[in-house]
Amino acid sequence: MGYIIENKNLDLLIDKLREDYLVYAPMRYKGQGEFSDTDSIRYGEIKKASDLELEAKSEHTFKEILMPISETLFYYTEDEVKVAEAHNTKEALVFVRSCDLHSLSRLDNIYLNNGFGDFYYKRLRDKLKFVLIGCEKSYDNCFCVDMETNKSDKYAFSIDIRDGKAYFDVQEEALLKYFESVESQKADVSPLYVTENQTRVKLPSPENIDVNFINDHELWREYDKRCIGCGRCNFSCPTCTCYTMQDIFYQDNGKAGERRRVWASCMVDGYTDVAGGGAYRKRNGDRMRFKVLHKVYDYKKRFKDNNMCTGCGRCDDVCPEYISFSNSINKLYDATKGGRDD
Amino acid sequence: MGMDINTGALRKNAFRVTKRRGITASRVRIPGGRMDAKLLGEIQKIAELYGDGTVHITSRQGFEILGIPFENIDKVNEALQPLIDELDINQEKRNKGYSAAGTRNITACIGNTVCPYACYNTTEFAKKIEKEIFPHNLHFKVALTGCPNDCAKVRMHDFGIQGMTMPQLDKSRCVSCGACERVCRKRSVKAITMVNNKPEHNLEKCIGCGLCVVNCPMRAWTRSEKKYYKLVIMGRTGKKNPRLGEDFLKWADEENIIKIIKNTYAYVTEYIAKDAPGGKEHIGYIVDRTGMEEFKKWAMKDVHLDSETIEYDSIYWKGPKY
Repeated sequence: MGYIIENKNLDLLIDKLREDYLVYAPMRYKGQGEFSDTDSIRYGEIKKASDLELEAKSEHTFKEILMPISETLFYYTEDEVKVAEAHNTKEALVFVRSCDLHSLSRLDNIYLNNGFGDFYYKRLRDKLKFVLIGCEKSYDNCFCVDMETNKSDKYAFSIDIRDGKAYFDVQEEALLKYFESVESQKADVSPLYVTENQTRVKLPSPENIDVNFINDHELWREYDKRCIGCGRCNFSCPTCTCYTMQDIFYQDNGKAGERRRVWASCMVDGYTDVAGGGAYRKRNGDRMRFKVLHKVYDYKKRFKDNNMCTGCGRCDDVCPEYISFSNSINKLYDATKGGRDD
Repeated sequence: MGMDINTGALRKNAFRVTKRRGITASRVRIPGGRMDAKLLGEIQKIAELYGDGTVHITSRQGFEILGIPFENIDKVNEALQPLIDELDINQEKRNKGYSAAGTRNITACIGNTVCPYACYNTTEFAKKIEKEIFPHNLHFKVALTGCPNDCAKVRMHDFGIQGMTMPQLDKSRCVSCGACERVCRKRSVKAITMVNNKPEHNLEKCIGCGLCVVNCPMRAWTRSEKKYYKLVIMGRTGKKNPRLGEDFLKWADEENIIKIIKNTYAYVTEYIAKDAPGGKEHIGYIVDRTGMEEFKKWAMKDVHLDSETIEYDSIYWKGPKY
């Protein structure tokens, strides 16, 4: 069912929704960018319509809501253990773009369909409904079309704001009442989506990838020096799922503490450290290889249907060294074609 | 006919007495060191019409138009008017050039509109100070730099302003990557230590450079809403005792810094050596003579520092003494 609501009445809709749901969406955090007098666009709980940032692309993703950056799993003291409460127990609506909605399926695969399901992920996941933000235009570095994530068909409702009005396509029946309760106009609405991006990628087909050949390929060597191993690409990626465990003993009382899991990055030092002081991927080019292959080869090999990468291009947006992940996919394509022809 | 020129008035008008008799040079002030590129055309015009066609980029971020015969001074002053208007320089009489030269052009590094490390808009602040203190015949040198890197070398000035940010940490966004601890240890002052895999910030050590924020991949570290400054004072170059300015205020605010600089004019008027050659004496020598306490009595008049501002009580300057 489609609805059109004047922007001035949006606050009322948000109020109604907030009676039953937490509402998470991209927000503009004034002055909180990495440089002075710049803003940070990231997810937060919105309180009113003007909190919504639907113009700019977010630098960080919705995954923070689903897999908290630093999540306490349980508390321990002497011989007792207590599972930590979930950070929210209320149902929530999460506003995402099409690429990110596709990313959700990658996260689900890793956390729920990859052996036993993850308890902590599931208890948060079960509370979430997703709202599709339509894309009127492609942003810098987006390559969703080639990754086939530019269009989404399933969502709780969709939202597009243009010319002072908000357009909604409500799929979830339980949510219809909120739209009926405010001044709205029924109409045929379908969310906007882009059909072309400036950035294009050519994806190597898995059968062309000879791991032994590509592992030692010289294409990775340029990243040894160019990449600084900061991890921004992973932390901004909607499909990166790695974390590391930390056991913490409280400073005042060393008999009590907590275990938490904290996001990890395959680009940051320490990720492949093993007992005895070894590390499997010391060179940043090798880490780049691991990441690229995981995103456009390994994942697909395991889960069949899709590549892990959904083409949001945030890794390219945030890289301080101007390394383009999409271009590295193209380089991989060229290298594997060459490898086969040889 | 012999020339009859009042060199004192000439110098006050921002012209120079040069090696060559009858030839002067005009100093164009550009507060904050940034201007519309179209003004370069005005400078070129003056240089080609009234000078020898060359300019020198001064050490204080101005332009000095060279090789001007004395008889062209009036025309140069008229031709300077668009520059004075466009750069919004306070002036006593239109078409008469600069009304003073003692208080020097206020210099600034490129600032936060361009540089990733700068903590504020240096040119904007420089212009604000310029509006408050120019024109004045007293020899004051003020410089601004965006961060404690001090690319603008503000420690060699009577008043040096360095941008600071008070880093804010949201531990729930921290991924223990260690970037902040590492950059602070290697490039700044070791104000961060990792405790239980998360950073602990030592505000006393912190110099507000903001490297932790710039290097944080998570926005766990962010900048304070308020902009802060360090005020370093009484640095100087020169013959007798060149020295670096020392910290006077840390985590200070814009308004109070402007007040302090303005207040210092009255202090210098009162205490400058009556026989100072050319009526010019670096303020630091005056402070050496009166003592810091007397300086503060004047400079801190009507100054109410914010609660987070740290004022250093006893300051000792170093530098070679000849």
